[in-house]
Amino acid sequence: MTTVRTLNPMADPATDVDDVARLLTPAGERVSDADLQQWIEDVDTTAIQRLYRDMVLLRRIDAEGVALQRQGQVGLWPPCQGQEATQIGTARALRADDFAFPSYRETGVVYARGGKPSDYVLAWRGEGHSTYDPHELHTATQQIIIGAQSLHAVGYAMGVQRDGGDQVAAAYFGDGATSQGDVNEAMVFASSFGAPVVFVCTNNQWAISEPVSVQARFPIAGRAPGFGIPSMRVDGNDVLACLAAMRWAIDHARKGRGPAFIEAVTYRMGPHTTSDDPTRYRDKEEVEIWRRRDPIDRVEALLRTEGAFDDDLVAEVAADADALADEVRQAAMGAVTRPPLSIFDAVYAEPHSGIDAQRAAYAAYLDGFAAVAEEG
Amino acid sequence: MVQLTMAKAINEGLRRAMADDPKVLVLGEDIGKLGGVFRVTDRLQEEFGAQRVIDTPLAESGIVGTAVGLALRGFRPVVEIQFDGFVYPAFDQIVCQVAKLHYRTRGNVRMPLTIRIPWAGGVGAAEHHSESPEAYFVHTSGLRVVAVSNPQDAYVMLRQAIASDDPVVYFEPKRLYHTRAEVHLDVDPADAPPMGLARVAREGTDVTVLTYGAQVATALDAALAAEEDGISLEVIDLRSLSPVDYRTIGASVRKTGRVVVTHEAAREAGVGAELVASVTERCFHYLESPPVRVTGHDIPYPPAKLEKHHVPDLDRVLDAVDRVLERPNSLTGVEL
Repeated sequence: MTTVRTLNPMADPATDVDDVARLLTPAGERVSDADLQQWIEDVDTTAIQRLYRDMVLLRRIDAEGVALQRQGQVGLWPPCQGQEATQIGTARALRADDFAFPSYRETGVVYARGGKPSDYVLAWRGEGHSTYDPHELHTATQQIIIGAQSLHAVGYAMGVQRDGGDQVAAAYFGDGATSQGDVNEAMVFASSFGAPVVFVCTNNQWAISEPVSVQARFPIAGRAPGFGIPSMRVDGNDVLACLAAMRWAIDHARKGRGPAFIEAVTYRMGPHTTSDDPTRYRDKEEVEIWRRRDPIDRVEALLRTEGAFDDDLVAEVAADADALADEVRQAAMGAVTRPPLSIFDAVYAEPHSGIDAQRAAYAAYLDGFAAVAEEG
Repeated sequence: MVQLTMAKAINEGLRRAMADDPKVLVLGEDIGKLGGVFRVTDRLQEEFGAQRVIDTPLAESGIVGTAVGLALRGFRPVVEIQFDGFVYPAFDQIVCQVAKLHYRTRGNVRMPLTIRIPWAGGVGAAEHHSESPEAYFVHTSGLRVVAVSNPQDAYVMLRQAIASDDPVVYFEPKRLYHTRAEVHLDVDPADAPPMGLARVAREGTDVTVLTYGAQVATALDAALAAEEDGISLEVIDLRSLSPVDYRTIGASVRKTGRVVVTHEAAREAGVGAELVASVTERCFHYLESPPVRVTGHDIPYPPAKLEKHHVPDLDRVLDAVDRVLERPNSLTGVEL
């Protein structure tokens, strides 16, 4: 199995960030990789321009989310700046009918799956726990409980096996989640049943204030082979490597060879959420090092080299980003909060006398205010 | 009509649900060739294959979490948790995922899971094998919680649980697994009393005894004994702990004016506390005396040789009956 890399057991997951497979150096130069190359032969300049556009738009959604939080329009925002290549590269490798199971920071996965502007902000505004229909986007609600969705992805993949389908499930989680029982149980189940699931671990170096070394003393991708799952450790700031690795993993799973695992080594440039203060736990120098590895700058450099980055492209993408940002803002500012009694909706799929009685009692209580208002 | 043990009635319920609907799957530990440690899934794998009767790795969160994914894909998984005390590792998946996904997605995702739990004590088991965790699940919105007390209900309510589009935590009293009774297998689950309804197990006029699961038999024994003293107990088998059928309970309390609740789970913040509070709110002016709870003590489940002091027996129920009737009882003269 050529796609399993032997990992250096001495590698420090926090500092050996260049012990990764890549197709694009931090300076934006194309390099070849024996395992990855074959998966992006068809990716031409136009396709790279599209990936560039996706990443710029995602960064803009993210910036808008932060701004809206600062302006009090959304309650919380989990920034994904720096992780655009990981999210876009992997999610763009999925087929529309594959099923993605993102975590709360994977705004880019929801974007790539076809999310609407309102889908990015309304949940964080507190208008609903999720706004899209998972069956429509083939994407589960963004998960907040760390790693819980990895099991859902495996179960979904087991369902695909029983249906005789050829869809793949993609479980997204972070480096912190690899410490959770659920992620480990998910790998046991996936391996034992040969389920068509791809695990995408976004190693962004930090779980709130805890560095990855608290979660792992060995490259995270090195764990999967112990479960019998082939894995790759790729440069998570290299969108071509992320796309190629994900295509390998999906192909592996779709052909009935069982699960595959990708560790995308990247960096969370911002805070964990808008409530967090990363200056308390990490050095400015570290952030600066990663700023020079920016995933968007890297693609821009490549496109320049190929003579495919000009003012027209910049203007066009900037205009698209402006338009999308405007829609996201409108979705937040124009949100209409649902009526009070809707809090009782969909607790159960079928009538439940306890909830029904509470709804009726609260309706009567609210009606009392209406009656008083009417009487003047 | 056939004579069946409760274990066999549940087995037959699973078999017929699987035969009727190819989307019904069963998953759990040791449920395949072994047929489950209580043999409840006996021969199902032989009949339906390993793709539908799935022996899982030994990981409860994994079992429930993968069942969530299977449900998302359109299946109706029936999960077996091997013993009550083993459900705790799956607690997060049940409480944060199974219970909330329908709500979280504003009704777009349905979670038709049935989580079967061999439950409670009285069988001389080792530690962690006699727990009564029902209150944790009753306290969780989004779950339906039922507890069966006889083979007929076990059969019908299991079929109803599997047919429900809501997740159902289904408690099976271990000490009744080998209790045999007549079962109508051809009853249409859709026509049978819904699983949310309570059942008046015995009519009476003096005191309402509210209970569920294996304690129903204890309460009925107490009713027989009380009859000799000229006291008439009405025994209500709740069947469903979420929702609770307060209509049936209310009718009984308005008739008797006195309430005893008995369950073997610990008392503090238990199902009995909820029942007493709700009955008091709804029927205060019909009550002749304060309702009384007879429960397990607020202790970890004791070792098997001592469990008879924990699980309420007939005498403790009768003592509570004396208390609500304001007759001399164990607490008479005790300053509280």
